[in-house]
Amino acid sequence: MVRDPLMARRNWANRLALASTGLCALVTVSVLFFLLGYIAVNGIGALNWAFFTQLPKPVGEPGGGMANAIVGTGKLLFLASLIGVPIGFFGGVYLAEFGRNGKIAFWVRYATDVLNGVPSIVIGIFAYVLVVLPMKSFSTLAGGFALGIMMIPIAVRTTEEFLKLIPASIREAADALGVQRWKTILFVVIPAAFRGLLTGILLDLARVAGETAPLLFTALNNRVWSHGWMEPTASLPVMIYTYAIAPYEDWHRQAWAAALVLMLLVLVVNGGARMVLPRRSVVV
Amino acid sequence: MSSIVPSVKPPRLAVREAPPADASSVAMAVDRLNAWFAENHVLRDISITFPKQQVTALIGPSGCGKSTLIRCLNRMHEVVAGARVKGEIWVDGMNIYGEGVDPVQVRRKIGMVFQKPNPFPTMSIYDNVAAGLKLNGVRNVSVLDEAVERGLRQAALWEEVKDKLKEPGTGLSGGQQQRLCIARALAVKPEILLLDEPCSALDPIATAKIEELLHELKTQYTVGIVTHNMQQAARVSSFTGFLLLGELIEFGTTDRLFTNPSDPRTEAYITGRFG
Ligand SMILES: Nc1ncnc2c1ncn2[C@@H]1O[C@H](COP(=O)(O)OP(=O)(O)OP(=O)(O)O)[C@@H](O)[C@H]1O
Ligand SMILES: [Mg+2]
Repeated sequence: MVRDPLMARRNWANRLALASTGLCALVTVSVLFFLLGYIAVNGIGALNWAFFTQLPKPVGEPGGGMANAIVGTGKLLFLASLIGVPIGFFGGVYLAEFGRNGKIAFWVRYATDVLNGVPSIVIGIFAYVLVVLPMKSFSTLAGGFALGIMMIPIAVRTTEEFLKLIPASIREAADALGVQRWKTILFVVIPAAFRGLLTGILLDLARVAGETAPLLFTALNNRVWSHGWMEPTASLPVMIYTYAIAPYEDWHRQAWAAALVLMLLVLVVNGGARMVLPRRSVVV
Repeated sequence: MSSIVPSVKPPRLAVREAPPADASSVAMAVDRLNAWFAENHVLRDISITFPKQQVTALIGPSGCGKSTLIRCLNRMHEVVAGARVKGEIWVDGMNIYGEGVDPVQVRRKIGMVFQKPNPFPTMSIYDNVAAGLKLNGVRNVSVLDEAVERGLRQAALWEEVKDKLKEPGTGLSGGQQQRLCIARALAVKPEILLLDEPCSALDPIATAKIEELLHELKTQYTVGIVTHNMQQAARVSSFTGFLLLGELIEFGTTDRLFTNPSDPRTEAYITGRFG
């Protein structure tokens, strides 16, 4: 074969593109593994049964755990889903099924994207003004409210995207049977998109699970159990923050452990989300 | 009226047979139907009748408006954003485009099968066929069972699926899926069944099955079918309409239209000189 200089150059360009993009992909994966490994190595030492079952000990006393922060994070996420999931979900249904390419839908999408870009600390201040000030107390409610607001934009957009994956022909089939639109959406379209929708919600939840800034203004922290919804509460991210900046060696170890638990939580939710991800729920 | 409607009426081009003597033999009468996609005027003054318990075929080159016409017949055209319709379509003494007529009710009486089989993805074979009834509130199991079996038998699918009714509808072959869609449309007992190129995604054997089925169906239903395939129109239909550029050029018995077309454009099309 004759060696064509143009072909040779193209081959080189190709290899260069492959090498540089591949390298960046490798860096991404390495960062994740380095992070996971580093946290695991540092955190595993302080991880014991007490960590999950006991309250924090007073300063200076070694041991104790973060049971209240783990439960606190659970309660915050529960409340956040209660607020963020329905609003985000129905907003997404509106965009995909009713608003479509209309003017209103355009502005809703735009507002959603802007909301998604609002720094989380600003959301925290917003929740502070709206919930903490009137109630005169930091609380689980305020923290859940802030995280719930943060969940909305992603819930809206993932819901919309997954509903849009369901082919129009499916909706037409139901239309042609004389089925009302809302029934079609509820009983045909949403079930067909169910795995995707669930995935989106789970990823959204995993994302806000680690939010710290909005909680500093809302849920604050608590060294003991937080009862009900109206008291300040400990949470894993805020505990990590508090313990990491404190000048005690023992607290640093516990911060690492808390970071490990939070990472594992996010990983499990993420992994779970990917397991339910559509294998064949979206069928044309 | 809006400025899109031509101020000068286009000349009536369609050549028609004398309409059937008594109105009781007509299932559906389309009267000066116009349709638009936004500003695009795609159907112009279409007038056509669908005789009761006959198969009527619509033929014409790609883009001439066959799908648009058939979708107007059960008010599916207006589902598309920006789409509009003007004109009248009479079914059972009622203009389906009349004021206050609910398109959802119209579609229950006039069923439709699409080009690509579109079974509901999460539903079993049984639920697919029962969907029209279930989603409209029918709960009675024996009524549903009866409708599912009747629909599947009429669609000539019962023998093939009766032992796996609980399996997903999407697990069937393309031809079976299309018959499943026909069964689903028939289960709600429509008066008229419309099919838009139902065989275009199917192999010859599956196509033959559907064509055979159409012969059966016309003993009970009025059938309208769009087809690209002139041999198919000749095989399955008693009446044929030829569309070109949004106008009904000619309408008549299939025999006459294919052997002795009265419009030169029809002749050009059926002899394969264009389209
Ligand atoms: N969703 C749509 N939006 C805008 N214009 C459309 C749409 N669907 C069809 N049209 C236009 O309407 C005209 C008629 O289209 P139609 O689909 O009815 O043709 P057809 O005869 O069914 O063609 P084919 O044989 O290819 O299916 C075409 O000019 C097409 O470009
Ligand atoms: Mg078509």
